[in-house]
Amino acid sequence: MTPLLSVRGLRKYFPVKSERFFAPRQMVQAVDDVSFSIEAGETLGIVGESGCGKSTTARLLMRLIAPDAGEVDFAGRPVLTEDGLSLRDLRRNMQMVFQDSYASLNPRLAVQGSIAFGPRAHGVPGPKATAKARELLSLVGLDPDQFGRRYPHELSGGQRQRVNVARALALDPRLVILDEAVSALDKSIEAQVLNLLMDLKARLQLTYLFISHDLNVVQYISDHVLVMYLGKAVEVGSVEDIYHRPRHPYTQALLASRPTMDPEVKLERSPLTGDPPNPINPPPGCRFRTRCAFAEDVCGRVEPALTSCGATEHAVACHMHVPDSGHSRRQ
Amino acid sequence: MNAPEAQRITLKFDALTPAPGAMEVPVGVMLPRTYWQTVGVRLARDPYTAACAFILLAIAGAAVLAPWLGLPDPAATNAAQRLLPVGSSGHLLGTDELGRDMLSRLIHGGRLSLTMGVLPVAVALAIGGTLGLVAGFIGGRTNMLVMRLTDVLYAFPSILLAVAIAGSLGAGVGNALLAITIVFIPPITRVTESVTTQVRAMDFVEAARASGAGAFRIIRTHILGNVMGPVFVYATVLVSVSILISAGLSFIGLGASPPTAEWGLMLNTLRESIFLAPLNAVLPGFMIFITSMCFNLISDGLRSAMDVRL
Repeated sequence: MTPLLSVRGLRKYFPVKSERFFAPRQMVQAVDDVSFSIEAGETLGIVGESGCGKSTTARLLMRLIAPDAGEVDFAGRPVLTEDGLSLRDLRRNMQMVFQDSYASLNPRLAVQGSIAFGPRAHGVPGPKATAKARELLSLVGLDPDQFGRRYPHELSGGQRQRVNVARALALDPRLVILDEAVSALDKSIEAQVLNLLMDLKARLQLTYLFISHDLNVVQYISDHVLVMYLGKAVEVGSVEDIYHRPRHPYTQALLASRPTMDPEVKLERSPLTGDPPNPINPPPGCRFRTRCAFAEDVCGRVEPALTSCGATEHAVACHMHVPDSGHSRRQ
Repeated sequence: MNAPEAQRITLKFDALTPAPGAMEVPVGVMLPRTYWQTVGVRLARDPYTAACAFILLAIAGAAVLAPWLGLPDPAATNAAQRLLPVGSSGHLLGTDELGRDMLSRLIHGGRLSLTMGVLPVAVALAIGGTLGLVAGFIGGRTNMLVMRLTDVLYAFPSILLAVAIAGSLGAGVGNALLAITIVFIPPITRVTESVTTQVRAMDFVEAARASGAGAFRIIRTHILGNVMGPVFVYATVLVSVSILISAGLSFIGLGASPPTAEWGLMLNTLRESIFLAPLNAVLPGFMIFITSMCFNLISDGLRSAMDVRL
């Protein structure tokens, strides 16, 4: 079966303004050679620290910014090639919900106008688009008569994010990218919106790309998880594999840093120290080795490739799991 | 815990989970439909703005209707009745140095002075606003080119630039209008560009792009409405500046020429009589002051009325 979305070698370097006039131009390696695929109907979670390239990946997929390299196939069709999917078609099939529920709605537009904007841009006549917007409002649990004509500042954060979800669904997309879509909400509201998302996914047969820094939320909603570190995919696998059998030291450290509900479990040492290195000049070899407890010579010389471990889709980019890598702890 | 407090807590929980009826609008408050209706209602409720609007409407209305108000001819001189004081019979606001009726001249002068206040700003708003919008939305090199070109005009103080342009084109109302328009294009371009750049970077514009809409539709629906407010407020301030500059140009002989009634020009010709009839000499200045003050206050009112979050 062809995956709904398949990404190979996605890369984006951002030029940075150099401090001195004649200094060589430096690049932030925001997303470097990231590959993954999402099957129709599943949810892929992307986790990682802030600045690891999660949101850039989302923006690259939506083509809000142009990638430097990489191929993207949507439902088996290459995106933006001669006989492939056009930008317009891509954006009809793929939509995005942003983190900041207030900034992502036009303050001067009643929410039903914001929702109807997408269909209108795709040629749906005004009254029909408004009817569709009101239908979507009730789908996300907001009474259209009560909320349709309101302005974003007249709604609460949770209500606004429901509107944003409705807006993303207005074009009947098959894939929805949720970029930290629930991160800014209160915990109770977050749960409501998460349940709404799960419900909508089942009813509308959606596929999600769920980006978050919240490990618990990702575990709750995802089927597969991709762990990113400094623009690289370091580990990918099913949610059970990642959460119960993490292989990469970074994934292990991330999971160990989760607060626990068990008062008996005490974290004696911080699982990870230091900050991620500067993405302008990432260390050669493995990017995680500067903070890794198991770093050896080989980690500085050779960059580990994402290698499948075992028979499942579980893959990890660490020399400890690459055959004949030369790492002493090769398992 | 007493009763009112308990009630307050219940209300708080109601607000968290929007049950039907929990968020009902209080009786007697109409939810305005569009953004501009909201702004209109707020403006009408602001006493200063309403008062200023009333004064301006009165001045503008009198100016427009001047020929039909039965006023004395503003150009008719009378050597016997020069510099009659304010309150003289037949000449409510006295006469000027050539015996012309002051009231008539002030009202007739408003026609030209208000035109010179509003017209250059309107034209500059159309040109500069478009330039700024395009520069801000496209960004990059286009932005750089447009903004550096406006910076060239920015290098000169506005009055000096107006004097230089009007001087090189020659005296006359048309040239003065043109000069003031040119002076106003750079600041309006700059304000529009800066607001557009800010709005363009916001998530809702990004979301609109993600919906696959074209640039023109995005500008019309999402950019224009959010840029127009601040730019409009700024333009209202410029109206008063424009009145002052045009008065200044007339004063130094580069705008309207005698015997035309125009506030700046009247101020100039009455200048020599300031010790003989100080009140008469000050009247045109007072009109300029009141008008530009009103435009400034209206602009302030507009600014607060347009802030939806207040």
